[in-house]
Amino acid sequence: MMKTDEKMIVNGKRLDGRKPDEMREIKMEVGVIPNADGSAKVSFGKTTAIAAVYGPRKLFPRHKQKSDTGIIQYNYDMATFSVDERKRPGPGRRETEISKVSRLALEPVLFLKDFPKTTVDVFIEIIEADGSTRVTAINAASLALADAGVPMRDLIVGLSGGMVNGVPIIDLCGKEDNYCDADVPIAFLPNKNEITLLQMDGRLTPEETKSIVRNVLHAGKEVYKKQVEALKKKYSE
Amino acid sequence: MRSEYILKLLEKNERLDGRKLDEFRKITIEKNPIKRAEGSARVKIGKTDMIVGIKMEFGEPYPDTPNSGVLMTDAEFIPLAHPEFQTGKPGEDPTEAARVIDRGIRESETIDVEKLCIEKGKKVWTVYVDVYPLNHDGNLIDAGSLGAIVALKCTKIPSVDKDGNVDRENLKGSLPIVHTPITITIGKVMDKMIVDPIFEEEEVLDCRLCVATTEEGKVVSMQKIGVGVLTDDDVDEMIDIAIEKGKELRKLVEDGKKTVKQKTKTNKSRKS
Repeated sequence: MMKTDEKMIVNGKRLDGRKPDEMREIKMEVGVIPNADGSAKVSFGKTTAIAAVYGPRKLFPRHKQKSDTGIIQYNYDMATFSVDERKRPGPGRRETEISKVSRLALEPVLFLKDFPKTTVDVFIEIIEADGSTRVTAINAASLALADAGVPMRDLIVGLSGGMVNGVPIIDLCGKEDNYCDADVPIAFLPNKNEITLLQMDGRLTPEETKSIVRNVLHAGKEVYKKQVEALKKKYSE
Repeated sequence: MRSEYILKLLEKNERLDGRKLDEFRKITIEKNPIKRAEGSARVKIGKTDMIVGIKMEFGEPYPDTPNSGVLMTDAEFIPLAHPEFQTGKPGEDPTEAARVIDRGIRESETIDVEKLCIEKGKKVWTVYVDVYPLNHDGNLIDAGSLGAIVALKCTKIPSVDKDGNVDRENLKGSLPIVHTPITITIGKVMDKMIVDPIFEEEEVLDCRLCVATTEEGKVVSMQKIGVGVLTDDDVDEMIDIAIEKGKELRKLVEDGKKTVKQKTKTNKSRKS
């Protein structure tokens, strides 16, 4: 974690005026890409992810096909203009890792065995980044999969927790992400409370770590409600 | 089937090689096997064999930390180490492994990077940590992390000659290492938690959680690996295991000499 003298919490308020356990404004919209089988756009404050799902569709090249199951492919990408200093286009090591952990975060909710030889392709574009991009993307992917009608055990919620100036917080913005004591991105199945993505960077006691995980699971219920609302909105129109 | 057999054993709290669920294989540590490197280590955990080399090169600091040296960690899963490893650009698994190993060192602030500034804002030392499994029999991340911290601890900084070039003939003292992070990977399958899985055990695990801890008892990095799910209680248990086993492995690093763990005799005769 980088160091700064700037206080991340003043009088119980965060840089953007939020309380420690308060999320940014969340916007979710389902069905934003006509070409895709399912799609969604999700914003947490100034972080915006668009997800498009294609499939289940036949997997090429053929040698990648699996006769007993379908597979999921996940591609996380950031637009060059999504960050302050232009990002070099294309996937780097960070993107490769995020794509892997995110794919594995989604896999447990799908019934891929019912779709042998196929792939479910999830494409993510971060068009604006202000922290917590991987979990914002997970929410978009969850909605896009549901929108595509891919059978799912549950929706999947992504949310970050962390700690700044010794105070546990939820939904880190970019600056908090950079200067926090720790950040803990999590994805989980909200109805069963099963964690499918868990990462942590920083410096915490075991007790702090455990309680942040629980905070995120708790606060994530709110994100789940928003997902359900967004899906209902599209299909009630 | 082999995997069913492994699961059946685990149900009875037993393992293929007779270890307890929370027991590591024999660990041996060799310091500085590579003379051309600024620091190196070879770590064997059972049949897993890992070599880690450190090179120090001039680099540019990041704009937001103009006085700090830079840490770069790479892993190459070379095909000589396992039939499933392939040549070419590092794929997902080595990329993830390198980044998890990197974060254990970085987040614990193990290297005092401010001591690696050569010319403010212009020239700093970049510490390259390169991880190569020579034989893969599971638990590569723990082995790589262990190798990395041992190698870093015996790394010497080259000097800068009068023309401003790296002078590796005259070493200038040790890399400033102020912590001893240890990464422990805990595997979960059914309701069982195991440490130090061999390759065949990794194949049957639901998922794994890598947890890096420091000698102060802090958690500095976690990464869930693999498909499968964890509950909050699972995470609690895994953190506790990582703290305990971390202490054990840290002793091996701090003792410095080649250390051999006592073997347990139980179930030694079982064949499958």
